[in-house]
Amino acid sequence: MNFLDFEKPIADLLDQIDKQKQIGEKSQVDVSVSVRQLELRLAEVRKDIYSKLNPWQRVQLSRHPDRPYTNAYIEYLTEKEFIELHGDRTVKDDKAIVGGFGTIEGRTVMIIGQQKGTTTKQRQYRNFGMANPEGYRKALRLMKLAEKFGKPVITFIDTPGAFPGLEAEERGQGEAIARNLFEMARLKVPVICIIIGEGASGGALGIGIGDRVYMLENTWYSVISPESCSSILWRSWDYKEKAAEVLKLTAEDMLRLKLIDGIIREPLGGAHSFPEEMFKIVKKEIISNLNELGKISADDLVKMRIEKFSSMGVVRN
Amino acid sequence: MSWFKRIKEGITTSTKEKKETPEGLWHKCPTCKTIIPTKDHETHMYVCTECGHHDRIGSAEYFEILFDDNRFEELDADLKSDDPLQFIDTKKYTDRVRETEKKTGLKDAIRTAGGDIDGQAIIVACMDFKFIGGSMGSVVGEKISRAIDHALNKKVPLMIISKSGGARMMEAAFSLMQMAKTSAKLTLLADARLPYISLLTDPTTGGVTASYAMLGDFNIAEPGALIGFAGPRVVKETIGKDLPKGFQTAEFVLEHGFLDFIVDRRELKSKISTLLRMLKN
Ligand SMILES: [Zn+2]
Repeated sequence: MNFLDFEKPIADLLDQIDKQKQIGEKSQVDVSVSVRQLELRLAEVRKDIYSKLNPWQRVQLSRHPDRPYTNAYIEYLTEKEFIELHGDRTVKDDKAIVGGFGTIEGRTVMIIGQQKGTTTKQRQYRNFGMANPEGYRKALRLMKLAEKFGKPVITFIDTPGAFPGLEAEERGQGEAIARNLFEMARLKVPVICIIIGEGASGGALGIGIGDRVYMLENTWYSVISPESCSSILWRSWDYKEKAAEVLKLTAEDMLRLKLIDGIIREPLGGAHSFPEEMFKIVKKEIISNLNELGKISADDLVKMRIEKFSSMGVVRN
Repeated sequence: MSWFKRIKEGITTSTKEKKETPEGLWHKCPTCKTIIPTKDHETHMYVCTECGHHDRIGSAEYFEILFDDNRFEELDADLKSDDPLQFIDTKKYTDRVRETEKKTGLKDAIRTAGGDIDGQAIIVACMDFKFIGGSMGSVVGEKISRAIDHALNKKVPLMIISKSGGARMMEAAFSLMQMAKTSAKLTLLADARLPYISLLTDPTTGGVTASYAMLGDFNIAEPGALIGFAGPRVVKETIGKDLPKGFQTAEFVLEHGFLDFIVDRRELKSKISTLLRMLKN
């Protein structure tokens, strides 16, 4: 288990509970009362910490090393009935984006998402969830496949950005993302997008044009990371907390600004503390949304999707 | 069909636009240092006659280059940015906009207009780099969106001239969503089979590259223009070494297959005119 700075009181209490339990086992003293007291205290502390998170703390949580990534969601949602499909048919298979057909309660869906690694080696293998153009092109190929067979698309967004490498530029990172925005806008099947971690800019949006766009409670979504924003606007890395605030990048901000369709609540203590519960909540949301969207004709879906994104923006006449 | 036969008289045109070129009698080419009279430089469409360097110019100059007799109807000219996030960095966003308006005489980083190119009606949307680095905020997105609506209503082609550092950070996620908005709207133009020409000029980077600039039926560029998604500084930091010569130039992007052709500004109008005619005949 990893703990962020502001989670330290939680770590301490969990530690104390462990110790009490060990004492109980070793000395056969009844520790149930003190354990229960500590657990009550833990619940209070959790509530206290998690009910007043500031934007920067949400950003930190979105990057929490114990936070479940796309593959973990896929495994739970499909109960391992998932066939991963690889490659963009042009250049290679991008490991930063995974995708394939899976079954959710008897229903076939196309699931696509950025995948970060869980170990140092895995993180490198997945390029930290930063896709190259072929990742976006693989995603588009799979979406078209889903469209062909009339299957809904679910995307899990979790990326610090599209990869800004030399080869990514050579192979048209901009074109790849642009093409996805264009094609997703008119995809004739239901599309549900869920930001499960970091939603950084065009790299996130590149698989983010959906009939429903949701953010988990402790995630962020904006045009730039707070760190980069700080370095550009204040010419220093020291204003990341301030940048996180002014960017209005939290789920609550984004819903208030009508740039997303809803927030998916996390278990108190965050997705990283209770991943199983998180999966359950997400599954429920997906199923109810699939049911709703399933009632709408493909043409209406596309029309409403285009209208929704077309209405985003605030101008004065 | 000509643009001006379609509209009521009296709404039209402005010929005395502010020029983006600096004051002064002489112009010195930043590349080859050749000095010529500013008036001559204007006549050459701000392209160096010695080395072909294309100076950055704005919407007023492009409209003059493209539209017959510099006659055009500016569309949605009154749209201005709001400040939905009450954004303050080192200064207030509203102050930044107001100062830029004053300095440039522009209302935002794009202007849209209807007019004729050799008698063929077209809508041209042209970005202005001098307005906060040609950054894309809600106004840019909305004007492009409306330009597409105008094109659909009038059944005429659309040309967008991009020149942008990317997103307007002071509009944060609103800025990001303009990528989605413009790309989604372009699907309608495609459905209607109306041509969309995207001209990428120096510089076209970030969210603009990753949305409408790369979605043309024809992606074309001016010589030497910087075109990319990530800025060169960021790419350099990522790879930890110097960038190869010519990286992210229009010529590089053409070589990698993302442009249809590169066009010298002095031939821009005739190339566009020919292309439009070919699509019609
Ligand atoms: Zn020169």
